Amino acid sequence: MSAAGQPAGRSRWGELILLPTINLVAALLLSGLVIRLIGESPRQALQLMLAGAFGSQEAIGYTLYYATNFIFTGLAVAVAYHAGLFNIGAEGQAYIGGLGVGLVGLVGGNWPFWLVLPAAIVAAAAFGAAWAFIPAWLQARRGSHIVITTIMFNFLASALMTWLLVNILIKPGQQSPETREFGAGAWLPTAQSLLGRIGLTVAASPLNLAFLLALGAAGLVWAIIWHTRWGYALRVTGENPSAALYAGIAPPAVMLLAMLASGALAGGLGLNELMGVQHRISLDFPAGAGFVGIAVALMGRNHPLGICLAAILFGALMQGGSELSFDLPHVTRDMVVVIQGLVILFCGALQNVFRARLRRLGLNL
Amino acid sequence: MEPTETPVPPALELRGLDKRFGSVHANRAISFSAARGSIHGLIGENGAGKSTLMNIVYGFYTADTGEIWVQGRKREIRRPAEAIAAGIGMVHQHFMLVQNFSVLENIILGAEGGARLQGGVARARAELAELARTYGLEAPLDEPVERLPVGLQQRVEILKALYRGAEILILDEPTAVLTPQEADQLFRMLRRLREEGKTVLLVTHKLREILAVTDRVTVLRQGAVVAEVRTADTSAAELAEKMVGRAVLLQVEKTPARPGPPLLEVRDLEVRDAQGTPRLRGINFQLHAGEILGVAGVSGNGQSELLEALAGLCVPSRGAILLAGRELRPAGRGAESRRALGLAHVPEDRLRMGVVSGFSAEDNAILGYHNAAAYQRGPWLSRGAVRQECERKMAAWDVRPPQPAMRIGRFSGGNQQKLVLAREVDCRPKVLIIGQPTRGVDIGAIEFIHRRLVALRDEGRALLIVSVELEEVLGLADRILVMAGGEIAGILGRAEATEEKIGLLMAGITGAAGSRPEGSPP
Amino acid sequence: MEYYTLVVLLLAATIRVATPLTLAAMGGLFSERSGVIALGLEGMMLGAAFAAAAASAASGSAWLGLGAGIGAALLLALLLAFACVTHRGNQVVAAMAVNIMVAGLGPTLGLAWFDLGGQTPQLGAKAQRFTEIVLPGAAAARAHPLPGLIYAELISGHSLLVYLAAALVPLAAWVLYRTRFGLRLRAVGENPQAVDTAGISVTRLRYQGVLISGLLCGVAGTYLSIAASSGFVRDMTAGKGYLALAALIFGKWRPYPTLGACLLFAFTDALAARLQGVPIPIVGVIPVQFILALPYALTVLLLAGFVGKSTPPRAIGVPYAKEK
Repeated sequence: MSAAGQPAGRSRWGELILLPTINLVAALLLSGLVIRLIGESPRQALQLMLAGAFGSQEAIGYTLYYATNFIFTGLAVAVAYHAGLFNIGAEGQAYIGGLGVGLVGLVGGNWPFWLVLPAAIVAAAAFGAAWAFIPAWLQARRGSHIVITTIMFNFLASALMTWLLVNILIKPGQQSPETREFGAGAWLPTAQSLLGRIGLTVAASPLNLAFLLALGAAGLVWAIIWHTRWGYALRVTGENPSAALYAGIAPPAVMLLAMLASGALAGGLGLNELMGVQHRISLDFPAGAGFVGIAVALMGRNHPLGICLAAILFGALMQGGSELSFDLPHVTRDMVVVIQGLVILFCGALQNVFRARLRRLGLNL
Repeated sequence: MEPTETPVPPALELRGLDKRFGSVHANRAISFSAARGSIHGLIGENGAGKSTLMNIVYGFYTADTGEIWVQGRKREIRRPAEAIAAGIGMVHQHFMLVQNFSVLENIILGAEGGARLQGGVARARAELAELARTYGLEAPLDEPVERLPVGLQQRVEILKALYRGAEILILDEPTAVLTPQEADQLFRMLRRLREEGKTVLLVTHKLREILAVTDRVTVLRQGAVVAEVRTADTSAAELAEKMVGRAVLLQVEKTPARPGPPLLEVRDLEVRDAQGTPRLRGINFQLHAGEILGVAGVSGNGQSELLEALAGLCVPSRGAILLAGRELRPAGRGAESRRALGLAHVPEDRLRMGVVSGFSAEDNAILGYHNAAAYQRGPWLSRGAVRQECERKMAAWDVRPPQPAMRIGRFSGGNQQKLVLAREVDCRPKVLIIGQPTRGVDIGAIEFIHRRLVALRDEGRALLIVSVELEEVLGLADRILVMAGGEIAGILGRAEATEEKIGLLMAGITGAAGSRPEGSPP
Repeated sequence: MEYYTLVVLLLAATIRVATPLTLAAMGGLFSERSGVIALGLEGMMLGAAFAAAAASAASGSAWLGLGAGIGAALLLALLLAFACVTHRGNQVVAAMAVNIMVAGLGPTLGLAWFDLGGQTPQLGAKAQRFTEIVLPGAAAARAHPLPGLIYAELISGHSLLVYLAAALVPLAAWVLYRTRFGLRLRAVGENPQAVDTAGISVTRLRYQGVLISGLLCGVAGTYLSIAASSGFVRDMTAGKGYLALAALIFGKWRPYPTLGACLLFAFTDALAARLQGVPIPIVGVIPVQFILALPYALTVLLLAGFVGKSTPPRAIGVPYAKEK
């Protein structure tokens, strides 16, 4: 059966752009059905969403700020996926990673910036990785299903952080469970201020330096996975653990390291949310970003470029969605969650539905 | 005067069966007929279309055009259920048995005789007792199938078909997992079935089976029927030529070996599986430079464990392996360190272990060698260097098409194997251990690979070749090591080795029951 | 006197908490035995909970609520089966997709239809809920010492759905091991090729397995929202679907051991509820967050300790495609 086939590279654009777009459209169409079911107009919803996400400088800033979170969690899910693992625990890992960032923020409020930033990055990575460690170790050593253990660890993270915020880290004399504000030294500069320094004026928004850090992380992940021998070992492990063993790679060790890296990336969310925007540790600051990360990774085909694009898309959905609820009171954040679920369904499980049809049209997929 | 009888229609007749899979024309207008009460052989090399054809007859696929006539009546067979209803039963190469069910449960699956199991089971026992009497096919009904030896499992498969009322029995590569003696037992069973009026279709690529037991044989080549003859009127050479389309060298030509010093030494090696059962016991042998040691034996007798232990993929519970005098440590990164020391390994199961099917050819060409300095530029993997290397390997081993970026799954089995060999041989290993060198490889590539292996031997390397194909072992090896039941049954020089002797050694230790059950299909 | 009253009440609470877990786990049993990973139990339960509460509030009848709950879960099961069996999609991803989608869909529809911030209206009337069934003589028996108390609290006084769940376990065992359907179902989870070669439809069996899990999750979700509670609240399943799956794994995919695991989880939950605010020797009062986290921590411990030795159905999680 050795027909001279098309080189593997030919299907790249189909794989990375066409299929995800079609899957997205399918998901959006179904979401439109739901919107109609609750008595609103899908067309109007779409228009309001687009306007809300990209209609002004401030809106774009918000969109990109949301996207930053999703780039971190999307990369986290993708790195684990390349090792053959499904990390559903990005939510909990982001939460605990944020704890690390927050601690640096609380302690280092007076430190010089060149000290705070690396410390925060290290803390985010270390705490996030630590939360991924136990489920990863259990999978490697005891064969405990990583999907269930990471879901449990999400619940445990929630319990732990609630307890900490209510009892230990809470600002004295305050009712709401959150810490005091970080000292000014531990605030990440916003896009407005950074661009202001080079003479550009933009509207205020939560967009901050963390966006650049996220893009940097994406670039680093791309370089490591496809252009180093460790990335090669990772990909072999994910594709075929037996071949990995044959090649002298130790799959359990690789899987463990991949999960640690995954948790570390998820922790990056804390940099954006806590040091860039909220400047304090608050309850449930990941707000579901860990799960959006799954959708983003699947839609982006686990490739950093696709992930960045998908993250911006979901950022737009998030920002557009919250604007939407002003005009269409029945369409809330929950609707965005529905869209998320549909995207995961189409990009992750039903992707073959359209592949066959496209193949018949002659495309090499 | 003899009363004139209406001629008995053939048990199975295929008329113009045609099947395409996309651009691959798997079966081209195939027509043949098998007479009732005969054993009919279907032979062709890997990829000739035999399996596709039988899958059509059994209802797994539907032919694009053509007709199937059973016992003189045209039948529509679109699903296995319809094939079974037409009296066709099939014994697949990889058994279709539920491992943790009992023999009885496996046999009644699909013919339970009622929504509640109780009634059907009683009736089944009675009927199976009858079948055992008629055909001599006995099996322990309440034993879980996973505990039965392979030969007995195959018998359960035959019973399954007979229980469903099969008049036509198709056997797909049935002796792949049997010792020569077990194969003979199978043939005796098939002759008995023929006596009772059943029709047997034997699908195989092994010439000796065709010659041993069939009445007529149909030869397939590249999807079409190229010959149909009475077995008695033909010979192995003639059939082989028809299979390939040209005269075939059945034996690889080679000069006698000139063995040098021992490069690999195995002392008292023992390997246990996860449950602690020894799969390999008391293994002692030496492998010299400039010789090919062939390891013969039905699969499942410890050969896989031997390869894995030598390659560093599993840790032996006892014993030592010495490479050029140095003892190899069974470390976690065993495979990698051994490559560095000069021991290369071509695995038995190429798709499971030897290549990563989702990767391109060039990414597969560095599998196991991805840490080599030649490919690194600082912390980065140099894709340019990787590609160049792959191109070089492809040229040296005539891998077609020479496209490093193409997904490895799109190469034929033979080209994949050539790339794997190129990869393992390129680092000039002192010792090369190979499992099933030509599994899933077409005849042209087989010749090429065999010639190259002998050339490697002549360069002074030491080769250990494990193969379930006895002809391959006899053709390549200078010395033959026979494995049975996890132990070495004997080591013979090529001159003194005959099929009979080897067959006896293969069966010797485990006795009449046959070989150990396999852990997984080959 | 007081001590064993406490124990009996604790056991009674255990039974109530175990009901949705057992129902979901039995459903998961059929799905997993047929070879399809049952990660979607959570979503199907949640969807059923919403549908049941909404229907019961709108119609005033608990039975209509049950019907709606089962219907919703079956629809979701159909979607899952379509993705996993017909289209051979990744079973883990498909299940997570459904779970996430339902988590958003419930409150969305709830808000649109009832305008209560995503919840459904409080169910007040007895007819709208499956309230306790008091067995004859229970009131009188309560006064008597131990056996009477056991009868009154432990055996009598549960919702109809609880008794249903209890009857379901032996039924599941019987179906699985003594019927033709059960034999085929178990076979398709171990070796779908063998089933296909025997002329039986793999697709149909797997659909049946997944739909049964939908049916039982429908009952489980209904119980949660209209029997154990009086309405739907967002995320009310709180991971019970995953706990049910863990119980199934711990119970080695057999009905009675799985029941045992569900009871264990439920007991922990009931015990934890009792311990809220109560000082324990040495440790003092355990913070409420840790008590609530107990079932999840227990799940991790169980999976860590025992999964290594339990083998799932051989062909689970692998979509079936005919080999060429």
